[in-house]
Amino acid sequence: MDDLDRRLLNLVQDRLPLVKEPYRALAGILGVGEGEVIARLRRFLERGVIRRLGAIFDSRPLGYHGVLCALKVPPDRVEEVAAHVNSFAGVTHNYLREHEYNMWFTLLAPSPAVLAAQVREIRERTGMTDMLVLPAKRVFKIKVNFELGGV
Amino acid sequence: MVRELQEGLPLVSRPFAELAARVGVSEDRFLEEVAALKASGMIRRFGAAVRHQDLGFVHNAMVVWRVPPGRVEEVGRTLAGFKEVSHCYERATAPGWPYNLFTMLHGTDRAWCRETAARLAAACGVDDYLVLFSTAELKKSSMKYFLEDGDD
Repeated sequence: MDDLDRRLLNLVQDRLPLVKEPYRALAGILGVGEGEVIARLRRFLERGVIRRLGAIFDSRPLGYHGVLCALKVPPDRVEEVAAHVNSFAGVTHNYLREHEYNMWFTLLAPSPAVLAAQVREIRERTGMTDMLVLPAKRVFKIKVNFELGGV
Repeated sequence: MVRELQEGLPLVSRPFAELAARVGVSEDRFLEEVAALKASGMIRRFGAAVRHQDLGFVHNAMVVWRVPPGRVEEVGRTLAGFKEVSHCYERATAPGWPYNLFTMLHGTDRAWCRETAARLAAACGVDDYLVLFSTAELKKSSMKYFLEDGDD
């Protein structure tokens, strides 16, 4: 990753200009050609450095409800339980963590009723009865930009 | 529009024109609607979602705090004020789980995460906390909204 890559990543994480030619606008800021910007973004997407380019929606104004869940999964069942959990489209993040509750995932659903049904289904399918289900009460901060060196 | 936008912005000179054509509106109208969605907060951010592990931020630590109910607002604001904290939420507690404030740290090594957590603890005056390091990422994806019906 060279200096231009880092500058471009810092820029596009923060905001992509909402103009007809957003890549040209970025190119103008960076002092390079539009083709160069598009080629580098394509490479980031191909290599998976960028997962997605575009709108990042807030689930709540869209009417979606979310919870953070945790399970105590025996080490020899991690793969199997993860397969069940991850099969739900509303599970967007799932991490193993060092704690008695070792599997932590977020679950989003279009209504509280669907959410409750999916929680129940995860309990049944995995046989894990001890499950933390923690709805958010207040959001103090959501920021997922990562500042890279070279700017 | 939400469906088209979450598919990602095409890498062409005029990406909004392409999305607008799929929805059946003009490029100008589409851009106005995107700006309105952003102003209303439905679009939280317009930009790139990056995989931070590929950027060298390998350790993601969830730090959970047990904060007295009367101090949640103050402590939440204090912790959210640190640039090292990417997320800060108050969550419901549960039997056997007394921690009610959740913060995320992303660091290049564990020692940094531990030191940062200790600094945060000193700053907010809460000493009952846990640092839960991630050892594996089992899934990370973007939510797809409104796919249930009318999807083609």
